[in-house]
Amino acid sequence: MLKIENLHVRIGEREVLRGIDLEIAEGETFILFGPNGSGKTTLLMTLMGFGNYTITEGRILFKDVDITHAPIHERARLGIGMSFQRPPTIHGLKTRHLVQMCAAHGNNKNGVDVEAMAGRVNFDTFLDRDINAGFSGGEIKRSELLQLMAQAPDLVLFDEPESGVDLENMKLIGTTARRLLDGFIEPTPGVSMKEQKSRRRTAGLIITHTGYILEYVNADRGQVMYNGHLCCEARPRDILDHVGRYGYQECVRCLSQPGSIQESLGGAQ
Amino acid sequence: MTGPEFKLSDFSFDGAQAPGIEDLSTLDAADKKRLLYAGVDVDQKDRAGSFLHMDHSGVHCHSSNPGVEILDIKRALKKYDGLPGHFWTQVDPDKDEFTRAARENLHGGYFVRTRPGARIKEPVQSCLFLKGQAVGQNVHNVVIVEEDSELHIITGCAVAGEDQSAAHLGISEFFIKKGGKLTFTMIHNWGHNTVVRPRTAGVVEAGGVFQNNYVLLKPVKTLQSYPAITLAGEGAVARFNSVIVAPAGSHVNSGSRINLNAPGTRGEIISRTMTTGGTIIAPANITANAVPARGHLECKGLIIGEGRIWAIPELDGTLEGVELSHEAAVGKIAQEEIEYLQARGMDEDEATSTIVRGFLNVDMDGLPEKLQQAISEQIDQLDSSDAM
Repeated sequence: MLKIENLHVRIGEREVLRGIDLEIAEGETFILFGPNGSGKTTLLMTLMGFGNYTITEGRILFKDVDITHAPIHERARLGIGMSFQRPPTIHGLKTRHLVQMCAAHGNNKNGVDVEAMAGRVNFDTFLDRDINAGFSGGEIKRSELLQLMAQAPDLVLFDEPESGVDLENMKLIGTTARRLLDGFIEPTPGVSMKEQKSRRRTAGLIITHTGYILEYVNADRGQVMYNGHLCCEARPRDILDHVGRYGYQECVRCLSQPGSIQESLGGAQ
Repeated sequence: MTGPEFKLSDFSFDGAQAPGIEDLSTLDAADKKRLLYAGVDVDQKDRAGSFLHMDHSGVHCHSSNPGVEILDIKRALKKYDGLPGHFWTQVDPDKDEFTRAARENLHGGYFVRTRPGARIKEPVQSCLFLKGQAVGQNVHNVVIVEEDSELHIITGCAVAGEDQSAAHLGISEFFIKKGGKLTFTMIHNWGHNTVVRPRTAGVVEAGGVFQNNYVLLKPVKTLQSYPAITLAGEGAVARFNSVIVAPAGSHVNSGSRINLNAPGTRGEIISRTMTTGGTIIAPANITANAVPARGHLECKGLIIGEGRIWAIPELDGTLEGVELSHEAAVGKIAQEEIEYLQARGMDEDEATSTIVRGFLNVDMDGLPEKLQQAISEQIDQLDSSDAM
């Protein structure tokens, strides 16, 4: 579904991503680990198409369409959705209105029951408030999830779903994220839940620091981003355990092994 | 600061008499539309009364609620012996050439007074309309909200044609007695060649509330106004909300002032201004001469493409213990906001107009649905203009 080939990205003069290759299949959930400043958020922002991120090399394919230089809204309409970490406040724009717009431009063209949907993330009392105006960390997450539910994208980009969220909210956010990826599976006559599950189509690319989100979502694969490179592909749980025990220092060592990516780049850094 | 110069002698202040109109629904379709955009519903449904002044004559005056008296100011002056204690007590007739013109050659205006304790749920609508070419209009309005009564006035000022030359000079004086509440919504619907000089002041007694909403979305050659409200009684409250848009060729100097002159008074001024090529000067002043007193100013301006916005927030506290604050910003639409909405599937134009609509969407309580719709319609039309 998503294919990234040799992606190099600059912010201003600084090269932040230095040759990223990554494939995410339909319905697959991929977890991205890495220390602060390693380029994780840059990758997400580049995938969504934001202005400050300049692609100098490589390409991005989504559903076999080359979107390397496509404008943001075209990517969104093709089926990429993103949960923002620090979304801007837009005064005078009611949350309800934005949720309706998300549905109209996404996979819910016939509209959604905004009240019911908001009820699922305990956000119905916020619908008449200006979007993101004075929202707490947990409220921002719930608002972002609500917009994604309405949009129903085929690939969801989550930037640190657990940041700034208290434990009580974490459960709600975690289960909602899982449902967003797995589909809102409920016992339905004629179709087994297993069958429903096998029909899931939504892929996910999730950035996590703490790994709390792994307790909720079914993560298939994971990788560590370090200094603009991807390395150490493994089961997400194993990566988390490893990083928890040894820190990201091991990744540096891994990268500096002979024959590693670093070597092939001519030993810079 | 006053914008393009003009001479009052270029306008005719005599001779543009208009005949009375018994039934407002007999107006022609074009006039009806202009009036609707200025907040006047000719069907008069859900209105406590209507007043229409055209060029130099009051042409319609009607009250359907016994709790509110509506008269042409000339009749009111006769009936109440010149309205002593009210007429020309808030605005100084010698203030400038425009007040002098209104004193010397009064054409009309409305007198609206509630009965004490009357809570008038439906708004009174009024319109000061300029239909003739190069007509100058002098009006004087007096509004008295008696003790513990409540009233909403929607007043529209409009010209019939967008390119019509016209001058509107208007004096307005407001009196809100103890525990009274006035919501005053003014919608200006001028044209490229209209010059406008309203002079407005009022006083609010203890526990009274003055809520002022002002909307200007259409072009105007030059407009200068600076309504001043004095909160003279304990616990009185005043709020000004304004939404002003200036396309190229418009020069708008529109501000407001609140004097907090009694303990426990509160004032708030919120303005949203947007230029797509015109000039907007937005002075706002809250002066606190008593404690406790609280005031807050919020001036936000958007420059889209070109134009000028000059926000002048002023806070003047003369005693220890006053609490005054302000928040002012002049800028452009943040790229971050556009991109956020694009990530939800809106293209750049749609994202921009969504943000502008939000920016101009100041909550104004109690606007009738049809008027709200008319305002939204006008904002949508701004979107489709080439400026955006």
